[in-house]
Amino acid sequence: MQHQLLIGYDDRHTFLNRLSGSTKLLSFVGLSVIGMMTFDTRYLLGIMVFSLILFRFSKIKYRDVSFVMSVIIGFSVLNLVMVYVFAPHYGVDIYGTEHLLLGSSNHYFNLTTEQLFYEFNLLLKYTFAVPLALIFLMTTNPSEFAASLNKIGISYRISYSVAIALRYIPDVQSDYRTISLAQQARGFEISKKAKFMTRVKGGIQIMLPLIFSSLDRIEVISQAMELRRFGKGKKRTWYMAQKFKRNDYLALLVVALLILLGIALFKVNGGRFWNPFK
Amino acid sequence: MTAPIISFKDFSFQYNSQTEPTLRHINLDIYPGEKVLIAGPSGSGKSTLGRCLNGLIPQSYPGKVAGTAMVAGKEVTKSSIFDLSMNVGTVLQDPDSQFVGLTVVEDMAFSLENDQQSQDEMQKATAKWATTLDLKDLLTHRPQELSGGQKQRVSMAGVLIDNSKILLFDEPLASLDPASGKASMALIDHLTHTQDLTVVIIEHRIEDVLQQPIDRLIVMQDGAIVADDKPEAILRQSLMAQLGLREPLYLSALKLAGVDLDTCQHIDSLANLQVPDLTDQLQRWTAGVTLKAPVQHPDPLLTIDHLTFGYDPKAPIINDLSTTLNRGEMVSLVGQNGTGKSTLSNLITGFLTPQQGHMTFNGQPLEHQSVKERADQIGYILQDPNQMISKTLIYDEVAAGLVLRGVDPDTIEQRVYDVLKVCGLYEFRHWPISALSFGQKKRVTIAAILVLEPAMLILDEPTAGQDLQHYTEMMGFLTKINHEKDMTIMLITHDMHLMLEYTDRTIVLGSGNILMDAAPADVLTNDTIIDQASLAKTSLYSLAAAHAINPTEFVAKFVQAEREAR
Repeated sequence: MQHQLLIGYDDRHTFLNRLSGSTKLLSFVGLSVIGMMTFDTRYLLGIMVFSLILFRFSKIKYRDVSFVMSVIIGFSVLNLVMVYVFAPHYGVDIYGTEHLLLGSSNHYFNLTTEQLFYEFNLLLKYTFAVPLALIFLMTTNPSEFAASLNKIGISYRISYSVAIALRYIPDVQSDYRTISLAQQARGFEISKKAKFMTRVKGGIQIMLPLIFSSLDRIEVISQAMELRRFGKGKKRTWYMAQKFKRNDYLALLVVALLILLGIALFKVNGGRFWNPFK
Repeated sequence: MTAPIISFKDFSFQYNSQTEPTLRHINLDIYPGEKVLIAGPSGSGKSTLGRCLNGLIPQSYPGKVAGTAMVAGKEVTKSSIFDLSMNVGTVLQDPDSQFVGLTVVEDMAFSLENDQQSQDEMQKATAKWATTLDLKDLLTHRPQELSGGQKQRVSMAGVLIDNSKILLFDEPLASLDPASGKASMALIDHLTHTQDLTVVIIEHRIEDVLQQPIDRLIVMQDGAIVADDKPEAILRQSLMAQLGLREPLYLSALKLAGVDLDTCQHIDSLANLQVPDLTDQLQRWTAGVTLKAPVQHPDPLLTIDHLTFGYDPKAPIINDLSTTLNRGEMVSLVGQNGTGKSTLSNLITGFLTPQQGHMTFNGQPLEHQSVKERADQIGYILQDPNQMISKTLIYDEVAAGLVLRGVDPDTIEQRVYDVLKVCGLYEFRHWPISALSFGQKKRVTIAAILVLEPAMLILDEPTAGQDLQHYTEMMGFLTKINHEKDMTIMLITHDMHLMLEYTDRTIVLGSGNILMDAAPADVLTNDTIIDQASLAKTSLYSLAAAHAINPTEFVAKFVQAEREAR
């Protein structure tokens, strides 16, 4: 089969699947926000372990997400390198001490424990939310996904357009393949044999027909939706929406406690940073 | 007499983007419980009339309106699409694009969700209509997993769930295979009676719709209604061809056999047709025609040898298939949706790589040739021209393949002009492609392939969505290049007329292999094959069988006579 580029929902029969989409969305957003704010390494490590345990429970196979994972890891590493290149002394500024590992303090590119520690925190921040995001995306039925967006206050038009986009991804993918092959048959070389610029040009040749056929599709689909009264009322109901059950309240409670703990740590540390160098 | 449920009085409409009115002085009454067929060639205004029924005009397509149009007591021009949708359920032409939900059951409930109904009510309603339309086992399926016929049933369920009393079908047969089309027509007829519906069908394939009784046939031309009567009366006057519509095959056969249509009764339904001495007249005609020996094409061009392919090798789509296509042949490739017709063409063109088997083209093995190299010899034309066109001007589009092959500019110009002349596009050479009609765009894509001078063409549904006039032009053009350039042409099609009237050989695909490879007339008279490949018997077959004539012989003679007349 075609290489799995996009991550997809599958019913894996776990308790995470049975949680309502809104619960998962709220938990994901809540934990991400607190995790992005705090620089408390202990807390970040804690959430990291927590999300890895959940990931284990979700029965998502690593094979299904390996592509996304490698993209994220690649970007994180690139980002960390860039942070070092542009601000190699930022750790020293934050923590107020300087423990040199390499070079001397008047070199621009020296290496300090503080900088390493700061970048380690960054790495944790980049990665702790990834298992949570994957759990949310891969255990939530796409239709319920729209319902849950709507439930946390996003307009149903926007929520539904997300669902529609999910609905049409396979169609657009197959369009892309067909168009690409048809263009190759005309003589546009876009395989690895061709030079980079030729491939870019070939790619543009595919985009034009792809955009036109997608625009046609959009026009018809919006008519079809209008003919069935989409957009009539201020609200709509969702066939796939799930009511909150005991487990949902329980999950939200756990997440709320975790967030409160994070906020409490701000007080204890006297700010967003936990400083082990003092 | 009850009041009409749909009533147009001196109604005209002109799109804002057009300089001429698309509908002119329409007077039309449709009564509750009627089943009406609106037919007409492309551009006759039949789809525009449909848009007036569901309110897309003037809400989504603004324009100038004159006269009045009432639907279920509401004035169309003053009602919103939402209001009208409670009375008129619309089933669009392409069930794929009508499918909004991610699963069958969500799609069925879509309008109820917009009406803010509770989950309980939605579950009750979807359960009820799933039973009526036989969708119970499919409720959690995704649209990609359904066949064309199933998708259309979901579309129907999605609008019937509103309990609307008027059902509007826009070209319901366009994307169905012949067997599903037949089943769909039967279902619509059944629903009309059991659910007290008023049904309006917009379609130009009259014979297929007439498989089930129709109360009234309305024929449109140039924005006006030119005929509005019982189908029988219109068919009898032989107006169809004049109006750019294809008349039912059996009717053409009756005319060929010299039957006086005035002596016929129930001319709109083959099953009830009554003609004095019909058996005699038909048998006499059949005896009077001698079949000519078919033209031989002895020179093999493409040899396929034990070809096997499957995305999942354990479930091959093409399984050990062997055949030979000869130079100068016009072949039709038919079979159910999903039996691998496109897969086979993709293997030939190199879009897919077979797991086993060889192919040779013109004596050369194809294995090591790239997509581009094969394309120099084998042209593949997709069903949707929009998927192929990548330039904005006709000349550039047709020249693109040559430019990429590094041909010198003078030769390019010469070859492009030549091919544009062959395709009847020379006058348009400086036009932007966006100004062309669907059929013209299709010809541009054919020209863009022909300019590469391939020895073989594969066309996917070349005539889909085209009315009789464009269809005849397109097929006349293909027949011409087939004869003049001795080009091998393979047509992938669902259209029984097309395979019967224009091709010499039919390959029927089914369960990964060739079910039958014979003359079209033999295929369409073979009950087992018709059934296995979701084809449909033509009315010629039934006519011959009912009058003790060998159907294969009758069909072959009919086709020969038709071709000679052309």
